[in-house]
Amino acid sequence: MTTSTLPRNRRKKPLNWRRIGAWVLVAVAVAVTVAPFLWMLRTALSSNSALASNAGNLLPADFSWGAFKRVLGLQTTEEAIADGGSGAAINFWLYLRNSVIFASITTAGQVFFSAMAAYAFSRLRWPGRNKVFAVFLTTMMVPPIFTALPNFLMIKNLGLLNTMAGMSLPFLFMTPFAIFFLRQFFLSMSREVEEAAMLDGAKHLRIFFQIVLPNAAAPIATLVLLTFIGQWNEYFWPLLVGQDENVRVLTVGLSVFKSQSPQGALDWSGLMAGTLVAALPIFLLFIAFGKKVVNSIGFSGIK
Amino acid sequence: MTTLTKQPGKASGRSGGNHGRKLQPAKRSMTSRLGDLRIALFFIFPAVIGFVAFFLIPTIRGIYLSFTEYSILGEPTWIGIKNYTTIFADELFWNAMGVTLQYVALNIGFQTVIALGLALLMHRVAKSTFIRGALLLPFLVANVIVALLWFWMLDYQLGIVNEVMSWVGLPRVAFFGSEQWAIPTIAFVNVWRHMGYTALLIFAGLQSIPNHLYEVANLDGASPARTFWSITMPLLRPVLVLVLVVTVIGSFQVFDTVAVTTNGGPVNASRVIQMYIYQKAFGESDFGYASALSVILFVILALVAFVQMKFLKGNESDLD
Repeated sequence: MTTSTLPRNRRKKPLNWRRIGAWVLVAVAVAVTVAPFLWMLRTALSSNSALASNAGNLLPADFSWGAFKRVLGLQTTEEAIADGGSGAAINFWLYLRNSVIFASITTAGQVFFSAMAAYAFSRLRWPGRNKVFAVFLTTMMVPPIFTALPNFLMIKNLGLLNTMAGMSLPFLFMTPFAIFFLRQFFLSMSREVEEAAMLDGAKHLRIFFQIVLPNAAAPIATLVLLTFIGQWNEYFWPLLVGQDENVRVLTVGLSVFKSQSPQGALDWSGLMAGTLVAALPIFLLFIAFGKKVVNSIGFSGIK
Repeated sequence: MTTLTKQPGKASGRSGGNHGRKLQPAKRSMTSRLGDLRIALFFIFPAVIGFVAFFLIPTIRGIYLSFTEYSILGEPTWIGIKNYTTIFADELFWNAMGVTLQYVALNIGFQTVIALGLALLMHRVAKSTFIRGALLLPFLVANVIVALLWFWMLDYQLGIVNEVMSWVGLPRVAFFGSEQWAIPTIAFVNVWRHMGYTALLIFAGLQSIPNHLYEVANLDGASPARTFWSITMPLLRPVLVLVLVVTVIGSFQVFDTVAVTTNGGPVNASRVIQMYIYQKAFGESDFGYASALSVILFVILALVAFVQMKFLKGNESDLD
């Protein structure tokens, strides 16, 4: 239709229907991806008691900040119940603190120690280097559940259940992926600066800190970002060893919050407010560094 | 393994050779066979601790435990292959395998096709990073959060999906609450979470296909369908195989979504294998049995990866 209504042949070729169809598909995909997040926001801004009678209303049902207040502990239990909350407790600030500590410690340790190993696997020459690296890589094949049970027993025997140390240790030292990822970049760095520094008598430690790390700042930042997001979202291991409220992270806290509510009377707006605030750091990181994340995904590093 | 344990000995025994490097720093070829071994050991030390303590020893211990009866209290007792023979006759195990396979088939089938379509769209039409970013967003949000979000949207009474379905006259569906819908629903939720990510992986593969091939095909007047089947698919195959290996292995280990939404129910309808392992270990304190189950899962995953690489020839490119 559109073609016929065009005044003259201002376009070189008639509107390409295939292209329009493709853009419609793109729009549908983006809508399907983004709409649930908007629904999350809409629910979080509703009064829980008003949700039932406004199930299909696109705007918040009886607009209220109550759900956010409830989740952030700014409401008393009586207010919460009056507002349609279930009365189930969520110690949000504590879980938030735990998530920040857990994700930060494990990301810092993992990236730093993996960078050290990647340096040894790329810039240093020693017998057996590639064999050891290959052995490290095979651990990529081991499914996490397989090591989770023995690791749980070890952490338990060490008396570290329900401690931040017990939660962090298995993630702290390395992942094969991190070593692999950084090794690729270290390998591609020019040797000249390094050799000049060596002639000046610089030791490997100084070369690592003053030449290699600063030169690889971009890939390291990407890795930090990816690792942090992964650790922030980690559920299975914290579920096993971090049940206690003092070390409980947000993912575990949210699932507990959901299962604590009496059946059939779930505090949906509270739950959605909780998930929204828990995902907020990810949204913020994504807005700030989205391009970095998007461009880092692909098999270019793996192949 | 052996290489790893041998090295500290070598280091202390022949570390004297290292001094040669200091005398002639520029001539690396003249250095001893040991090269930078001593300093290398220092640099890989933390990673080796992590590798040995949290991958190597647990792997060996996991295999050992699978031959024992162990209820966390007391010591494991060796019972040979009894766990494995019990598993073989365990109806719940076969049910879990069936449920997991059903999940993997639905999840991977839809996810791969949709992601391939999205990747082609990203490659040909929607080139903006913004759109790619938007499609990636669900993957960056925790499984738990995605599961809770869809648990709400697919709620029987209040969920928007059922609401819309009732507007158009469809009957309401208990997505998470009915035996026949639980697994397809969980599979769908994870298709939603992973499709953008998988599309980006495939997109990266599409970008490595040389553009001149498309130009030639265009000059020859090949139809888009023909170009797709004769150029895109054959050249994309190695990347597709890698994507399949990674996504299938991940798919077999589905847990978070199930744990948050159905907890394996209703009845046994969504008790996937990792859920079954979790319940055996932490619900029934049967660590020996749970370890044997995870050995079986490990073997299955290794076989899946091997078969996919072997028969789809994922490590050979058609480009060369």
